[in-house]
Amino acid sequence: MIVFDTTLTIDGIKVNGKKGETILEVAKRYGINIPTLCFVENLPSYGACRLCVVEISKGKNPPILSASCTYDIQEGLVVNTKSERVVKARKILAELLVASAPNVKIAQDIAARCGVKEVRFKMEDNRCVLCGICVRMCHEQMGGEALGFVGRGIERKIQMPFNKRPKECLLCRGCEFVCPAMEIPCQGVKIPGELCGRCLRMDEMPYCCTLGSFGCSCDHNPLASSSK
Amino acid sequence: METTAINPSAKLRIDTERRRSVNCILKNYKDSKSNLISILQDIQEKFSYLPTETLEEVAKKLNLKLIDVYGVATFYKSLRLSPQGKHNITLCLGTACHVRASAKILDEIQSQLGIGPGSTTENRELTFNTVNCLGVCAIGPVVVIDGKYYGRMTPIKTREMLSKYLKKKNFSNKATEKR
Amino acid sequence: MKKIRTKKNLEEYRKRIKKENSKFKKIVTICGGTGCHAYNCEQVKQKLRKELVKNGLLKKVALKVSGCHGFCENGPIVTIRPENIFYQRVSEKDVPEIMEKSILKNKIVEHLLYEDPVSRQKVTYLEEIPFYKSQKRLLLGKNGLIEPDKIEDYIVQGGYGALVKVLKLPAQKIIEIIKASGLRGRGGGGFPTGRKWEFCRNTEGEIKYVICNCDEGDPGAYMDRSLLEGNPHSVIEGMIIGAFAIGSNQGYIYVRHEYPLACRNAQIAIRQARKLGLLGKNILGSGFNFDIQIAKGGGAFVCGESTALIASLEGRMGEPRDKQHLHTTESGLWGKPTNINNVETWANVPLIINNGPEWFYQIGNENSKGTKIFSLVGKVQNTGLVEVPMGTTLREIIFEIGGGILNGKKFKAVQTGGPSGGCVPADSLDLPVDYEQLNAAGSMMGSGGMIVMDEDTCMVDVAKYFLNFLKEESCGKCLPCREGIKRMLEIVTDISEGRGKEDTLDLLEELSAVVTDTSLCGLGKTAANPVLSTLRYFRDEYENHIKEKKCPAGVCVPLLRYEILADCCKGCGACIKICPYNAISGKPKEIHIINQDICAKCGSCKTICKFNAVQLQ
Repeated sequence: MIVFDTTLTIDGIKVNGKKGETILEVAKRYGINIPTLCFVENLPSYGACRLCVVEISKGKNPPILSASCTYDIQEGLVVNTKSERVVKARKILAELLVASAPNVKIAQDIAARCGVKEVRFKMEDNRCVLCGICVRMCHEQMGGEALGFVGRGIERKIQMPFNKRPKECLLCRGCEFVCPAMEIPCQGVKIPGELCGRCLRMDEMPYCCTLGSFGCSCDHNPLASSSK
Repeated sequence: METTAINPSAKLRIDTERRRSVNCILKNYKDSKSNLISILQDIQEKFSYLPTETLEEVAKKLNLKLIDVYGVATFYKSLRLSPQGKHNITLCLGTACHVRASAKILDEIQSQLGIGPGSTTENRELTFNTVNCLGVCAIGPVVVIDGKYYGRMTPIKTREMLSKYLKKKNFSNKATEKR
Repeated sequence: MKKIRTKKNLEEYRKRIKKENSKFKKIVTICGGTGCHAYNCEQVKQKLRKELVKNGLLKKVALKVSGCHGFCENGPIVTIRPENIFYQRVSEKDVPEIMEKSILKNKIVEHLLYEDPVSRQKVTYLEEIPFYKSQKRLLLGKNGLIEPDKIEDYIVQGGYGALVKVLKLPAQKIIEIIKASGLRGRGGGGFPTGRKWEFCRNTEGEIKYVICNCDEGDPGAYMDRSLLEGNPHSVIEGMIIGAFAIGSNQGYIYVRHEYPLACRNAQIAIRQARKLGLLGKNILGSGFNFDIQIAKGGGAFVCGESTALIASLEGRMGEPRDKQHLHTTESGLWGKPTNINNVETWANVPLIINNGPEWFYQIGNENSKGTKIFSLVGKVQNTGLVEVPMGTTLREIIFEIGGGILNGKKFKAVQTGGPSGGCVPADSLDLPVDYEQLNAAGSMMGSGGMIVMDEDTCMVDVAKYFLNFLKEESCGKCLPCREGIKRMLEIVTDISEGRGKEDTLDLLEELSAVVTDTSLCGLGKTAANPVLSTLRYFRDEYENHIKEKKCPAGVCVPLLRYEILADCCKGCGACIKICPYNAISGKPKEIHIINQDICAKCGSCKTICKFNAVQLQ
């Protein structure tokens, strides 16, 4: 049995949680919806997309916005997931997201759900939203540690070292499986009249990443010609 | 340096030599993982950049994944993955230099050398870099040529100094062609 | 050299050095700071040494290369003690004259003295120069007396006396002293140092770390470097005291790689301290063990943020950790309680112990105690490092110490706090400088950069400059910082290039608020400050760019247009010669014309024209 030892308030409701849980986890249990992008259950939370921001008041301090996926619950916290400040911040974040990756389905979905009607920034065409789920999947779940973040700032990318598949890569395709931005048709090496069968012929795949689908801009990437 | 023209045995020899010098550097550090940045800086000092095989060797010896080492090497500005020129020119673009019009000096150097910040001339002689602050704000704008600081630069002063420098080093460049 | 084990040992050692020093009749000190290096102080030193050898004075006159004197504007600086004569802008060829007049005889070389720009009077002594007179140089003062790579110099000045005192006290008592002094973190946040130490001490754990943050990434600030470079032992002593109070046995000094001299001097200092038994096992016979290691940064502004600094120390990418509500005093380096303080904070500690908390408490104003070093740079007469009591007004710093604006121009704003700070306009010049007042004015203390701007500085361009800086320095982990700063830069660039629209400013403000609210770490949370503060005080300048498509300061290139006034042009041809783009044509003695299609608006022609014929339209 789970022992609840902490009480806090979310959107006016008194809720219970256990030490070490995050606000997002407790909110989910109580059916309170908070939009997320980089959060995946059973992977360590990362706090990069900031879409799950909530307003947190602690004692007399003025309320702050913080990502709920990384904030550990504390006794007596007052959390607001739907305040005007939160909704507005979320909307701009969604707008920033969809402006950088307008052709990624999940970015569009989030923007629509957050009420973005027009995008006031210049549109780009990134394929990767840098949520880092694949990196965590590779490192934490599969123990491959082949993928990782490279560069910094606007140059940040998810890559394999020197753009080559290292020996650590297990070809497990976990990265592809968890990628929220990957809803694209099969791009495998096709022989007419046959199923693509690429799963059987992994060695023929371009060697920069497992499927050439990671928003990288190498020549093997079927999507690369349009991005960058 | 790393051209494809090198024959395989020569490349192998260079590889082994590089790996050996990496191991020499690693011996200077006992608590190795936390010194990764210093180690990479030492390697860079030796080779002027971080060759692929040295990163592989570091990852192997320190029991790190290659992606972690590669990530660090691409994250920090002081670390480079491509070779540098023999000589280097650095321009400070700190705030103090900026309000004293270092942007105009940037234009001047670019048009003189024909290369942008962070790149090397084709003959691998000269590398031009910009930095965000050298901490000599009092005498800005500052240009550093081969480790020597030149303070209070103006576009005109820069042009004169550069053309003198380039002449001395016998480099052909766009500016000398023009005039 | 024997290790120092007791207080008596230390005093005997001090006496011995004093006796050795007394054989020198004169001490000639050359400033060896990076600023003076750029002015060839090395050659001056070589020449001085040659002259001393020539006159056989090597045993009678001590030649020292000290850390930064602060008055970098007028380097290289040479001082002669015991008279305290202050020579400035000394070049190699002046050396024989100094030798003959000031060292062999007790005369003064007039033309090397500082001249007061107002009264036109020559000033002989350091303390009388207006730049120094209004300062209170508690931390920087010793820089001129100490050769950074000689521990003896520091010990003669009373160094490590505070450490001796402290090792006899219970740890809680030391923390009480620091708390009572009112010392607050000098890295910018202004968190009370004593309380931080207490948190760290009270967190359970066998292993604890102390870190000195010298990742001075703010462009336009260099006081931490000058301290660590010029007086490394004061920082080390502060760290030992802090470590003793907290219960830590291992310390790190995290230095930017752009500061090679600081790294070197700190390394030498640590080695010397170890040799004397001031670092290492059983310090001064107290049974307390502590050692310091130097860690070089890799060149990333974000590593000034404490959790990113820790990531960097652990050999990872400098990304701030996601659990920002967890303090480093609870879980820091390798998950252990860690106390991070700035260089200047550490250097203040021995002073407080030596002089007592009450002494420190009465310097400064209500909420901010002690002195603060600022690097006064930009369009100001006397650039350099300035140390003043907290609460000194901006006017005093810029006009009394700084000597006012260059070339008699009008003061427009002063930028404090680096990329996280903001601009304070002319009507706030009487603002006392402390943590709270600067925050209220929309800026911040930061680590102490103070960049003075005059009428020729465009505030839109300043905002653009900082956004550009932050865009490159953001680690890229969180969306609002990575994408938000990029978009803010896009908007500001549009404005500066004449593409701004009416509603652009609203979008900019909206975006700034969200980036501030939702970013992961301090870098993102303060990234909008340069924009917000310039919008707050200089909105009319933004509007000028948007509505009139003009840049009043003449900086934003696409909005400029240079023209040659027919009335003034003498047809001398100077502008034709200087123009790098061959955009000017005209026969000799006839009026020249700028071809606007080719003109790149570099302004060279305006600078070179003797007749003021080239004008900005």
